[in-house]
Amino acid sequence: MATSKIRIIVAKPGLDGHDRGAKVVARALRDAGFEVIYTGLHQTPEMIASAAIQEDADAIGLSILSGAHMTLFPRIMELLREKGGDDIVVFGGGIIPEDDVSVLKATGVSEIFTPGASLETIVRWVKEHVKPRGVKA
Amino acid sequence: MEKLWQLRQERQRWEATTLKDALKRQPERAQQFTSLSDLPINRIYGPDDLKGFDLERSLGLPGEYPFTRGIHPTMYRGRLWTMRQFAGFGSAEDSNRRFHYLLEHGQTGLSVAFDMPTLMGYDSDHPRALGEVGREGVAIDSVQDMEILLRDLPLDRVTTSMTINAPANVLLAMYVAAAENMGFTRAQIGGTTQTDMLKEFIAQKEWIVPPRPSMKLIQDMLVFGTRELPRWNVISISGYHIREAGATAVQELAFTLADGVAYVQAGIDAGLDVDEFAPRLSFFFDCHNDFFEEVAKFRAARRLWARIMRDRFKAKNPHSWWLRFHTQTAGVSLTAQQPLNNIVRVAIQALAAVLGGTQSLHTNSMDETYALPTEDAVIVALRTQQIIAHESGVADTVDPLGGSYFVESMTTTMEERAEAYIQKIDDLDGMVRAVELGYPQREIAEASYHYQQQLERKDKTIVGVNEFVLPEEQRIPILRIDPEVERRQIERVRRIRAKRDEVRARRALDDLKRAADAGENTMYKVLECVKAGGTMGEICDVFRAVYGEYREPAII
Repeated sequence: MATSKIRIIVAKPGLDGHDRGAKVVARALRDAGFEVIYTGLHQTPEMIASAAIQEDADAIGLSILSGAHMTLFPRIMELLREKGGDDIVVFGGGIIPEDDVSVLKATGVSEIFTPGASLETIVRWVKEHVKPRGVKA
Repeated sequence: MEKLWQLRQERQRWEATTLKDALKRQPERAQQFTSLSDLPINRIYGPDDLKGFDLERSLGLPGEYPFTRGIHPTMYRGRLWTMRQFAGFGSAEDSNRRFHYLLEHGQTGLSVAFDMPTLMGYDSDHPRALGEVGREGVAIDSVQDMEILLRDLPLDRVTTSMTINAPANVLLAMYVAAAENMGFTRAQIGGTTQTDMLKEFIAQKEWIVPPRPSMKLIQDMLVFGTRELPRWNVISISGYHIREAGATAVQELAFTLADGVAYVQAGIDAGLDVDEFAPRLSFFFDCHNDFFEEVAKFRAARRLWARIMRDRFKAKNPHSWWLRFHTQTAGVSLTAQQPLNNIVRVAIQALAAVLGGTQSLHTNSMDETYALPTEDAVIVALRTQQIIAHESGVADTVDPLGGSYFVESMTTTMEERAEAYIQKIDDLDGMVRAVELGYPQREIAEASYHYQQQLERKDKTIVGVNEFVLPEEQRIPILRIDPEVERRQIERVRRIRAKRDEVRARRALDDLKRAADAGENTMYKVLECVKAGGTMGEICDVFRAVYGEYREPAII
């Protein structure tokens, strides 16, 4: 199966410790056949971008509930571009107000899932939008 | 006995006739009914469900052991619970204004939320604080910030609860120093620091140093608080974050009380007599949507803790047996979809907390799945408590659900299941070791994944999320934090460092390091550091240097 080769980093940028969502999504993606690497908590944008490059990830799932998304998400996108990882698909979720979603998408984040998004929705979106790097989505 | 036999006969007759006919006409909505936490719920409860229940031993009277019916003889007939809304955002000035606003509207206690850098012991100008300053709470770097936060507040009349854990010693020191500068004595100030590091490692995950040195710093605070601050509760043993991380009601109850056992043991190991500090331990629980399960959880918590304190720790002072607790309605239960519905959820949860006998209560605001609450949303949340207190009548009699077959049976079930967990943790050599092994963390991750799957299958319903969905969502106004806050806060902490007596500050920090290295009580030294202008980050750096930083093994 093609999906079994897809590698996803699930990361918690920022200082908040709310990892219920990240862990549940990581497990659901793993159960759906993706290879999932969970970074653990309190990651800096530099740590996340480096991990994605080193692990040759196809996608990054970011979870943040601290309110710092408008600073940290664009910084991660910038670092990925600098490190040649601009074809890595980035999606995210957390306590993110509606008005911020379009701004984040303009920086290159592909999708934002807000509270109440079902695992099925997230898994389906990943299946449709994440292809092994180098293959056109 | 004769009576019970007759009742049983009657029940069998009812099942064979009335019930059977009814089920034929209208089958029940489900094969099995379960609580939110998956405890089985029977069709009807009666005397048969109270095996082993003894009116005196299991229930007792309010204000008496085992306190199932409440810790005070008159409960809310004497004094209502403290209405304590958790608040804090932006700068110390912003939060001070919110505190004055809440007190003017009838709130009766203060509760401070700190921002993420403060929770992790970083100054606002630390690179890791980027984008986080003032976002999820107030930024406090120095005793000057604390003085602004507390400006013109009657610290001898209101008590202040501070949700702070890893650097709780630093913020307690800042509070004491600021209060003294404002003219209050140590005997006048009252309040609570959360200081519950075990639940940080289990669930909330804001830490600095590893579990064992964290326990040492807590011991230092316990000794300091017991000697110096007669009205301060040094530890608030917290189940809230455990529940919010995905635990069941039973896990919340069990892990919280097991944490409590570890702190009592730590106090005794530090040389304190149990009755010297146990009366000032308090608890903090979540209150979720399943009404009776929550009421039973609170009643079981009181009974179980009373037994632990009397029988296990041989405490003699009845106040040591008390489980006093604060409750917050379940943030995790709020939905971004149709946010006005959250007002109703909060009202149901708050009612359960009151019927469970809480000492203080925070009601969440309906907009908190988007951002920190607006003033308008906070007022609705506070008014919810006032309506329960003054209009519903539930506060006018003690433990109105006591004696209900269902509630008593559920209370016993919660107690028994929690006891089994506590036994398991004892077998692992206590909570500190269990945390190091990742045991409670794994149990919670399992429970939270299981619950999410139940939602996906619609085994459990969330209105507006997996049923009764609206195509277009309601938009509500949300609170925005001014990005200028971060810049101004960074300037302020740098200015404070530049202006202070550098020799005195360095000497205090060095002295703290020496005391930590030598295993002495660090709390007195932390107080010297804050008075000498030492900042949050500098003081926590001393602990990082001495004990190392904690790194969690990432488990999914």
